Amino acid sequence: MAIKVLHHGLATTVQDLGRPGYFHLGIPLGGAMDRYALRAANLLVGNDEGAAGLEAVFLGPKLEFTEDAVVAVTGADMPVRVDGVEQPGWTAFAVRAGQTLTFDFLKSGARIYIAVAGGIDVPLALGSRSTYPIGALGGYKGRPLAAGDELPVGAGNGSAEGRSVDASLRRLAAAPVALRVLPGLYWDRLSDEAKQSFFADEWKVAPEADRMGYRFRGGTKLSFVEREQPFGAGSDPSNIVDSCYPYGSIQVPGGTEPIILHRDAVSGGGYFMLGTVISADMDLIGQMQPHTPTRFVEVTMDEALAARAAETVRLGALRASLA
Amino acid sequence: MPTRYTFGGDEHLFVECSDEMSLEAFFKSLSMANGVKESGIKGITEICPANASFQIKFDPDVIKPDDVLREVRAIEGAAARAEPVIRTRIVEIPVFYNDPWTHETLMRFRERHQEPSGTDLDYATRINGYGDVDDFVAAHSGSPWFVSMVGFVAGLPFMYQMVERQRQIQVPKYLRPRTDTPRLTVGHGGCFGCIYSVRGAGGYQMFGITPMPIFDPTQTTSYLRDFMVFFRPGDIVKFKPIDRDAYDQAVEDVDKGRFSPPVREVSFDLREFQKAITGYNTRLEGMINGH
Repeated sequence: MAIKVLHHGLATTVQDLGRPGYFHLGIPLGGAMDRYALRAANLLVGNDEGAAGLEAVFLGPKLEFTEDAVVAVTGADMPVRVDGVEQPGWTAFAVRAGQTLTFDFLKSGARIYIAVAGGIDVPLALGSRSTYPIGALGGYKGRPLAAGDELPVGAGNGSAEGRSVDASLRRLAAAPVALRVLPGLYWDRLSDEAKQSFFADEWKVAPEADRMGYRFRGGTKLSFVEREQPFGAGSDPSNIVDSCYPYGSIQVPGGTEPIILHRDAVSGGGYFMLGTVISADMDLIGQMQPHTPTRFVEVTMDEALAARAAETVRLGALRASLA
Repeated sequence: MPTRYTFGGDEHLFVECSDEMSLEAFFKSLSMANGVKESGIKGITEICPANASFQIKFDPDVIKPDDVLREVRAIEGAAARAEPVIRTRIVEIPVFYNDPWTHETLMRFRERHQEPSGTDLDYATRINGYGDVDDFVAAHSGSPWFVSMVGFVAGLPFMYQMVERQRQIQVPKYLRPRTDTPRLTVGHGGCFGCIYSVRGAGGYQMFGITPMPIFDPTQTTSYLRDFMVFFRPGDIVKFKPIDRDAYDQAVEDVDKGRFSPPVREVSFDLREFQKAITGYNTRLEGMINGH
């Protein structure tokens, strides 16, 4: 069983739930930007929720199936067709040998997840099938898909088509987006005005938004508390002695454009960070398009943990509904 | 300054031992990071040492953030009382300084540089007060470096030279980052050296290139078969200047699986080092050759 890539879309990669354990060597977690959507797609086709699927951003790929398969597409709203016939999203459907999967234009959101019963069976690299293109590691030959690639698919467990995620459990992209942020890290480098304006202003997703990080524009330039720069920190007030970067941390080089590091984050560098997007909101970022209006909302650790617990409940409901 | 603890969202604890770089701050952060690793605190999933700080990733479903904080603070006390000694290894890295590949690249991006008329080596030589490039290379390769952090991208070592602060080489990064850097370029930005593990964008000044791969996801390089990343935080590096012939020979040796970097296990004692830096470094370097 294989899937032939007839067209790669824009940037389509093999992703699972990632490769923990190597960030101290600069190899990031990786994995689906919208983990909930990948889990849902996998559960729909009877896979383990961490099986490898395809993540496509903004534009869907064109895929030909060499054998019968059960497929589900979740995440962004991008109509999917089998030999031209539209199939429902967030629902398992059958694809027959020789049929071709295509996608219409994106309606909302940013990333779709394509799960196939049996999972994409590329070799494990450091325990994961996720693609890390900078390191030419994992996925299909360590890179995004290209026309002519043939993706191996594992053996499915005979799950049937027709299962669907209840509408109440589908998360659809909306705008404006509110991202909850726990201030911290080098927050106190900011002036009082900057601390206030960062949360008060409306920002917009910049075109430079990818798996490594999301950049934002449109808010007031942030100013800093004056200081003599520490030895080794560099001359700009937004510089620090190079440190680690948490996933979700927000750095603002030069005080102008906040960047939220995501699954393929660089593991460290010399820019100050003002805080971190809470874990419960990381999936949301994966569905944001350029120009999406965004506000950052200040939360406490207790609120972050409560939001995380609510996500866990929602995931539990998804699992129960597809069990 | 006292060690500073701060949370990076609900999954990370960030520990800054000092806001300025020094060998002492590096040593403290690495010792504490090692202490956290050895403690085996349940729920801590990753520990990432950096130059003067380190970061812990934890699962808040297993351990509460306040409990991580309390346990790591306790380790700070234990680390402060422990002997300032680490077991590590010293490795000799051959470098072809002023090589044609980084030279071609730096010329291609000259308009992004502070001093478009010269090379990166010329610039670093001048602003660090050395008479000529040979003197600068002698300083760069004359004293060993600590790998103070591995990261940014896969397997890339940040290095801090094991000399007094007034002897630290310092250069600003490019005015605007390059979109290309040859793989295995030996670079420098701020007070940190680095080796680019993969080809790609970069802002560090470029001084030379090593023939020795340090990241190999295919794990076909003979000395990277067991693990694809060569460096670990705490490694000690000594650069050895080589010429074009030796570079070409080393590249061929790597291709044929005959190259093996000289590596020795060593014990580093911060107190002994601080008493007589040059003498201590000389002894360390002697160990590369088995003395």
